[in-house]
Amino acid sequence: MKTLWNNYRYLFLRRFVQISLLVLYFGANAWGWKMLQGNLSSSSILGVIPMSDPYAALQMLAAGAVMATNLLVGVAVVVVFYFLIGGRAFCSWVCPVNMITDLANFLREKTGMNRIQGIKQPASRKIRYWVLALSLIISALMGVTAFEFVSPISMVHRGIVFGLGFGWAAMLIIFLFDLFVLKNGWCGHICPLGGFYSLLGKFSLIRVQHYEENCTLCMKCKKVCPENQVLHMIGKESLPVLSGECTNCARCIEVCDDDALGFSIRNMAKNKKTGE
Amino acid sequence: MSENRPEEKKKKQPLSDRRKFILGMARGVGLAALGGFVWSAYVDEVTASQLLLRPPGAIKEEDFLKTCIKCGLCVEACPYDTLLLAKPGDHKPLGTPYFVPRDIPCYMCPDIPCVPVCPTGALDESSVTTDGKLDINIADMGLAVVDEESCIAFWGIQCDACYRACPILGEAITIEYQQNKRTGKHAFMKPIVHSDACTGCGLCEKACVTEKAAIHILPRETAMGKAGDYYIKGWDKKDEKRLENAKEIKTTTEVSKQKASDKLNGDLLEGLY
Repeated sequence: MKTLWNNYRYLFLRRFVQISLLVLYFGANAWGWKMLQGNLSSSSILGVIPMSDPYAALQMLAAGAVMATNLLVGVAVVVVFYFLIGGRAFCSWVCPVNMITDLANFLREKTGMNRIQGIKQPASRKIRYWVLALSLIISALMGVTAFEFVSPISMVHRGIVFGLGFGWAAMLIIFLFDLFVLKNGWCGHICPLGGFYSLLGKFSLIRVQHYEENCTLCMKCKKVCPENQVLHMIGKESLPVLSGECTNCARCIEVCDDDALGFSIRNMAKNKKTGE
Repeated sequence: MSENRPEEKKKKQPLSDRRKFILGMARGVGLAALGGFVWSAYVDEVTASQLLLRPPGAIKEEDFLKTCIKCGLCVEACPYDTLLLAKPGDHKPLGTPYFVPRDIPCYMCPDIPCVPVCPTGALDESSVTTDGKLDINIADMGLAVVDEESCIAFWGIQCDACYRACPILGEAITIEYQQNKRTGKHAFMKPIVHSDACTGCGLCEKACVTEKAAIHILPRETAMGKAGDYYIKGWDKKDEKRLENAKEIKTTTEVSKQKASDKLNGDLLEGLY
């Protein structure tokens, strides 16, 4: 039991956070709870603290909408929050799509789907930045928030909180895509919201730190990581993971048997390194 | 690379880094254009003008689509569950709030809870405020339209369900009395909607007794015409004021310089000379 907790402690925590947030949002609509009203696009905590999706706000700006003060405050709250805990912490700790793509990834591993396609991924992880740029261009040209009208993230989350409609089809499309087309396809390659948080996360404080002296080069961390390009320093150098594409999901930390990985705060880790 | 080399060898040469870079960029741009057009076409379809009723205080549909962040705070604030968020499959701009009056109309809460919670200003508080106080009676969600063919009051049956249901009783809908010439003995009591007072709340549509409502709410853009600057009401000094700032309209049609008599006498003169 203890090892189960040890091996999956962050997974349990992440699922707990993801599901609790969904329950709170759902309760706000269904039973009038005041804790967390709205949805991931924009919400308010206890009816006081506003939170707004900065990427949606960026599209609104591109589309030429008048930006309300409340919205800008909400954006600032979210940006500061993810600046502290790591931009793509949204992806692995909050986003409901993460549970769908994790399931697809789990099945890929279990069924051996990964082995029939080989190790080399046929698509670039840079696609998300292209999609991000494209969404802003289309928003500007068409005067609507382009990604918000197609976003499966909003569709899934809104669906859970306000009623699903055919939103299950969006879930299924992503699931099948990740399972049969591309490993970590949606979250790791295409999602422009992930791309946006990757850019924001470049500057964030909480980081995964590698301690090279403990590493036994088992490479379990690289195997389990959904963005394994960020772990280029494994077994080479004691460095924090500085790429914004790291989702701070901590899968590498819990899979490591040798204490060679752990969370740290950006600058403290740096000082430690120069101090050594 | 010398020019004398045979073609076959040239083909097998590895691509230069420069060419690889240019091809890579071209591929990226091409794929982005491909995706961009598909994406734009889709967005254009789903945001196409719909017969859709928005919450009170909603700004112009065109601006609404770019300003609404689709958070559903207005939906949660509505105490009557009137407002809905468009789901996939509803065939409405995805995630935006709307209501269907025949199912649940807007009950016109005096404190308008759905408007102040809007974080983006897509629901504009100032448009439903008079003298610093929220005033639901000036909301413009839509306009009630009567189908005179199916409204039983126009058949001569005594029904004033819509008139009684109207929260702005006697202003948004009035009853016009008229002799029923068909029977010669009875009166029509016809409901007449007044667009200046009607908010489009839909209580009349909800109350309508016919199988499918004979009075229904349409977006004002759809329901209303516009006389424009060409016409004024006769015997109405006030209406003339409407045209005070109207601009002169210059036509660009070329007018013939010949006189009418020239044309009329054309043949005659030709014959003479």
